[in-house]
Amino acid sequence: MAVTSPERRVWWNEPVERVEMIWIAVALLWGLFMFFFMIAWHFIGGQNLSTEAYRVVPSVYQNKVDEFAQKYQVGDESGTPIVRPPAGVDIYLLGRLWQWWPVLQLEKGQSYRLHLSSADWQHGFSLQPTNINIQVHPGYEHVIVLTPTEAGEFGIICNEFCGIGHHTMTGKIIVVDSKAEAK
Amino acid sequence: MTTVEGIVAATRERAANFRTCQFTGLKVDIGAQRLIIANAVAAVVFLAVGGLMGLMVALTRWPAVHLLPAEWFYLILTAHGANVLLFWIIFFEIAVLYFASAVLLNSRLAAPKLGWLGFVLMVVGAIITNVAVLQGESTVMFTSYPPMMARPHFYLGIILFAVGALIGVGLFFGTLMIAKAERTYEGSIPLVTFGALTAAIIAVFTLASGAIILVPTMLWSMGLIRDIDPLMYKLVWWAMGHSSQQINVSAHVSVWYMIGALVLGAKPLSEKVSRGAFFLYILFLQLASAHHLLAEPGISAEWKIVNTSYMMYLAVLGSMIHGLTVPGSIEAAQRRNGFNRGVFEWLRKAPWGNPAFSGMFLSLVMFGFIGGISGVILGTEQLNVLMHNTIYVPGHFHGTVVAGTTLAFMAGTYLALPLIFQRDIIWPSLARIQPYLFGIGAAGISVFMMGAGTLGVARRHWDINFTDAVIGFQHSPGAFLMMGMNGISAILAALGGIIFVLVVVGTALFGKKIGPGHKMTFPLHSSAAVVSKYGSEGTIKLPGTIVLVTIFFLSFVLYYFVNWKYLSDLWLFR
Repeated sequence: MAVTSPERRVWWNEPVERVEMIWIAVALLWGLFMFFFMIAWHFIGGQNLSTEAYRVVPSVYQNKVDEFAQKYQVGDESGTPIVRPPAGVDIYLLGRLWQWWPVLQLEKGQSYRLHLSSADWQHGFSLQPTNINIQVHPGYEHVIVLTPTEAGEFGIICNEFCGIGHHTMTGKIIVVDSKAEAK
Repeated sequence: MTTVEGIVAATRERAANFRTCQFTGLKVDIGAQRLIIANAVAAVVFLAVGGLMGLMVALTRWPAVHLLPAEWFYLILTAHGANVLLFWIIFFEIAVLYFASAVLLNSRLAAPKLGWLGFVLMVVGAIITNVAVLQGESTVMFTSYPPMMARPHFYLGIILFAVGALIGVGLFFGTLMIAKAERTYEGSIPLVTFGALTAAIIAVFTLASGAIILVPTMLWSMGLIRDIDPLMYKLVWWAMGHSSQQINVSAHVSVWYMIGALVLGAKPLSEKVSRGAFFLYILFLQLASAHHLLAEPGISAEWKIVNTSYMMYLAVLGSMIHGLTVPGSIEAAQRRNGFNRGVFEWLRKAPWGNPAFSGMFLSLVMFGFIGGISGVILGTEQLNVLMHNTIYVPGHFHGTVVAGTTLAFMAGTYLALPLIFQRDIIWPSLARIQPYLFGIGAAGISVFMMGAGTLGVARRHWDINFTDAVIGFQHSPGAFLMMGMNGISAILAALGGIIFVLVVVGTALFGKKIGPGHKMTFPLHSSAAVVSKYGSEGTIKLPGTIVLVTIFFLSFVLYYFVNWKYLSDLWLFR
C-alpha cells in the first residue's frame, strides 16, 4: 500500500503497467507539442508580446508623454486630452494613480509603436472588451508594435491593484476606420 | 554520516512514548501526535477566519450585493490571501509532514521541543501579519508588489511564520534520518512519505526564496534600503508564491494516495512510476515563477518558454501521471474488493458516503479538470495575455488550491480525527454531505471566475461598474451574471466550510473517544490493518481509468485550441 514500504526493496526494477507506459508516452508527446507550439506561434502567429524594453526614470517618461500629447492633441474627454497621432509613429501611454493618460485615437489596420510605463506603482493595462492584458512597471518602458484590427471605442481598465482608487482607473482607445471617414 | 549520527545522538535522550494504533498497527509517537493535533487545529482556525473573509470578498464582487466598502474590501482581500493560501495550508502541511515521517515510519519524532518552537513562531507570525493588515496601513494584497509598501511588521510576520515552518520541515528530515538509523521500517520509505519528502524539499527552496525577498523588502519598508526593483521582486517573490503551491500539489497528491490506501486498500500501480512522477516535481516545479512574468516588460521569449513550461512540461507530465495512477490504483483495489462488473462498477460502488473518500475523489477530478488544465493554458507564453491579472487567475488557483488542496486536506482530516485525535466523528450525516457542498461551491467559484475573466473582469477590483471613474466603462451582461454566480457558489462553499469547521471542532471536543474494539463510523479498509502486506499491483485491467483519462485528455486538447482561437482574434501585437 501507499502507506507502507514497497514489497521489493529494489522497487525501481519493478515492471511498469502497460497502461502507465502508454499514458506517459501520450502525456510526454502532448507536453512536447505544447512546448514547440509556443515557439511556432512566434513564426505563424500575430500575437506575440514584444520583448523590447528600456529602463526609464518615471519623470522622464512622464515628460515624453506630455510632449507627445501636446503635439497631437485633437480634442478633450472629461479633462483628458484625445490624441491622434499619424499612423506608424511612436505613441505613448502613461499609467498613474488613477488614470490611463491620454486617450488615444488610432486608425484601424495601421501599426503603432506603443510605449507603456507607469509614473508611480505597478498597473495592469487591460484593453476591453478585446481582452489584451499587459503588466506595466514603473522604471521600465515597454514598446509594443500594436495594430488595431477593429474599429470602435475600447476601454482600458487597470487590473493590477494600485491602492484605494484602483477601480476608478480607466482610459480609452478610439479606433477609427480610415476608409469610412474618407467618405 | 557524522551529522546523521549527531542528530540521532542529540535526540536519543528522549524516551519516546508510543501507542499502537488498533486500526493500522502503526506505532504512534505521542509527542508527534500532540504536534500533529496542534498544527491541524491551528490550520482549521485560519481556514475558518480566511474562509469567512473569502465569502465577504465574493459577496462584495457580486454586483447586486456589493457588501463591503472599497477600503475594507481591499483590506479583507489582503488578509484572505495570507490566511488561507499561506497559514491554513502550511499549518496543515506541517501536520502532514509529521504524520508521514513519524507515524508512517513507526518512528519517534526528532526534537519535538523544536517542533513546538516552530509552531509558536508560526502562530505568532500569522497573528502579527493579521494585525498589520487589520491596522489598515498594509493593504498591499498578499503579493505586496513594490513600490507599494506595507508596514514592516506585515513582512516580519510572514518571515517569522516561514522560519517556524522551516523548523517543522527540518524536523521532518531529522525524523527520516532517525527512522533509518533506528531501522523502524524495512526497505524504502512508503510512497506517501516519498511524496511528503518531495513537498519538504520544495518547501526548503520556497521558504528560502521567501526569506531572500521579504527580508530586504522589510528593510526597505523600515527605510534602510532605498529601492526594491519591482521586476526583480516579482521573480524572487514568486519563487516562494508559486513554488509554495507546488508544496501543496505534492502534499495533496500524497494525501490522495494515503486515503486510497487506508479507505480502499489501494496500492500504487507501480512504485517506480508514482515515485518518478514525484521526482519530476522536485526537478522542475521551481521554474513556475515565470508564470507571473509572461506579461512583463523586458524578459526574453526564450526564457519565458523554457521556464513557463517547466522545461517542456515535464512537471505537468508528473501531474498527468498521478492523474492516471491515483484513480488507477483505486480501480485496481476496488476490482480486487469484488466490484469487477462492467467498466464503472468500481466507481459506482465506491464508498461515496465516506467523506474521506468522496472529498479525495472530488479533489482529484476537480484539480485535474479545473485547476490543472486552466493552469497550463494560463501558463502558455502567448495565451497568458488573454487572462493575465483578470479574475481568470483566481479562478484557476481556486481550482487548484480550494477544489484541489483544501478539499483533499479536509478529506484527510476525516481520517486524522479518528486515527490521531482518537475521537469518532460526530454528526456523520453532516460530514457525509460536506465534501459535496464544499466541492460544488469550490468548482463554481473557480469556473465562474474563469468565465468572468474570459470576459475581461479584473481581479482584485472593487467595482466592475466603474461608478466613480472619470472615463466610464461597461462590462458585458455576461460578466455580471458570472460574478453573481460566483457569489452564489461562494455561499455554497462557505456552508461546506462552516460544516467542516463545526464537525472538526465538535469531534475534537465532544466526539466519542475511541477505545479498544471501537467500530469507526467511517471504517477503514480491512487490509489497512495488515501492515505486513506490501507490494505493488499485479496485472489488472483498468478500463474505467482509461476512459477517465481519455475524457480528461480530450477536454485538455479541446480547451487548449479554443484559447488559441481566441488569441488569434485579438489585435495584432509584436
